[in-house]
Amino acid sequence: MLKVTDLHAYYDKSHILQGVNFHVDAGEIVSLLGRNGVGRSTTVKTIMGEVEPRGSILFKGKEIAGLKSFEIAHRGLGYVPESRDIFPTLTVRQNLTLGLKGKGENGRWTIDEMFNMFPNLAERADVPGGVLSGGEQQMLCMCRTLMGDPELIMIDEPTEGLAPKVVEQIGLLLQEIASRGVSILLVEQKLSIALKISSRLYVMGHGKIVYEGTPQSLLGAHDVRAEWLEV
Amino acid sequence: MAEVFVFATLNGLVTGLLLFMLASGLTLIFSMMGVLNFAHASFYMLGAYFAYTLSTYIGFWGGLLIAPLIVGCIGASIERYGLRRVHQSGHVAELVFTFGLAFLIEEAVQLFWGRDTKNYQTPEFFDFALFSLFGQEFSAYRGFMIAIACLIFAALYFILTRSRVGIIIQASISHPQTVANLGHNVPLIFMCVFGVGTALAGVAGVIAGPVLTTFPGMATVLGSIVFVVVVIGGLGSLPGALIASLLVGLLQSYAIAADVGMPELLNLFGVSFDSSHPLDDLWTLNLPQVAPVLPYLLLVLVLIIKPTGLMGNREQ
Repeated sequence: MLKVTDLHAYYDKSHILQGVNFHVDAGEIVSLLGRNGVGRSTTVKTIMGEVEPRGSILFKGKEIAGLKSFEIAHRGLGYVPESRDIFPTLTVRQNLTLGLKGKGENGRWTIDEMFNMFPNLAERADVPGGVLSGGEQQMLCMCRTLMGDPELIMIDEPTEGLAPKVVEQIGLLLQEIASRGVSILLVEQKLSIALKISSRLYVMGHGKIVYEGTPQSLLGAHDVRAEWLEV
Repeated sequence: MAEVFVFATLNGLVTGLLLFMLASGLTLIFSMMGVLNFAHASFYMLGAYFAYTLSTYIGFWGGLLIAPLIVGCIGASIERYGLRRVHQSGHVAELVFTFGLAFLIEEAVQLFWGRDTKNYQTPEFFDFALFSLFGQEFSAYRGFMIAIACLIFAALYFILTRSRVGIIIQASISHPQTVANLGHNVPLIFMCVFGVGTALAGVAGVIAGPVLTTFPGMATVLGSIVFVVVVIGGLGSLPGALIASLLVGLLQSYAIAADVGMPELLNLFGVSFDSSHPLDDLWTLNLPQVAPVLPYLLLVLVLIIKPTGLMGNREQ
């Protein structure tokens, strides 16, 4: 579904991505792991068109490198940024409406379904997004992206700064998303939910993929964890 | 006394709502794009001239419909092919661009329509009194101006706060990249907002042209006062623009209607000057004479008390 080949990206003269290669197949949950500053977020931003790409990004067999962000979104790619970017003055319902593309028709997800999955959001449907807790904002941000009916969703550090119970909820939501045929590229620093829900994992270091394997193989690869993941 | 007050209020409302028609577009463009469009009043002038020409062929209503559309298309094209490129060079370049554009439009108007005042009249079907009070008539056309301005405010407020388009516009102001990631074409939204903003200025031109006369200096007459209104209301705030427009309109209208001189005002505080005093010329002015300065005085006062304007929340 998504195939990234020899991807390079720069911030001014800094060479951030130095030939990234990976792929995500249909219906898969794939995690992109690594310490801070190795280029994980830059990778998804580059795929989404926020950073100018050099290299090939194939989505559903078609080249998307060089397209504008909104065009990439229309091809079926969704992106949940680490910063969440909830619109603080808009209500929860309005934030969700914003996720609808084109003429605003629903895809496989509706606002009612989102509210059924997250009663917290339903209770606060008409409350400004800015007053939600961190966990609720994360849920809202993911639901907002799902409203656009993506076929692959890239989620950047969804568990950052959240309580263990909320992290567990997010893990369940990601599995629910995948069960509906949506592929997931999960960008994480911690191994917690990545090991539980991923079918494959990539580890990044110095702007490149340095390891590819399954959760089981990574658990056994002590040297990889020690060199590239553990703080 | 009551007669003066009532008609000063009505005239203030008309002036204020006319200012709002112009200020609404300007504040909309600023809130969305951060662009202070110095050429905004020039689009108002274009609206009046296009309507004048069109009204000779297709009548007043045709002009009211088509002229703002033409002005909006010109505005959208300027955003797409000019302002968007200049935007990358920062706000100073944008200001210089819109400043130059104002001169360009004024010269173009003089080139195509000449320097003389155009005979753009209120349509005959508005030649009746809407009502009479204290023996004075309030013309139907002034009532029409009030109705159009109220309609614009209601439509804009509904679209911006209740519709999906408005939600996308609001979100694009604070997080344009996030909105783009959700599949919305933000540059297209910006272009449409600029087009709608300039079209609103065009509507104001069509409506005001017959009352305030259609001549090449009409943009200069209203240009600075519209900026005063937008800053008093708070840059980017639509309700703020409405309140400030009405404030400025009423303030000027009351000042013109009040037959009070500075000596009378100063006498209330026990201050008086004789005719040999060096500041005698200043203190013998009357209120109608200082009326044009009052909006600027109000601007200074508001900025001292609330630097973001009455309803603005932008710090920059």
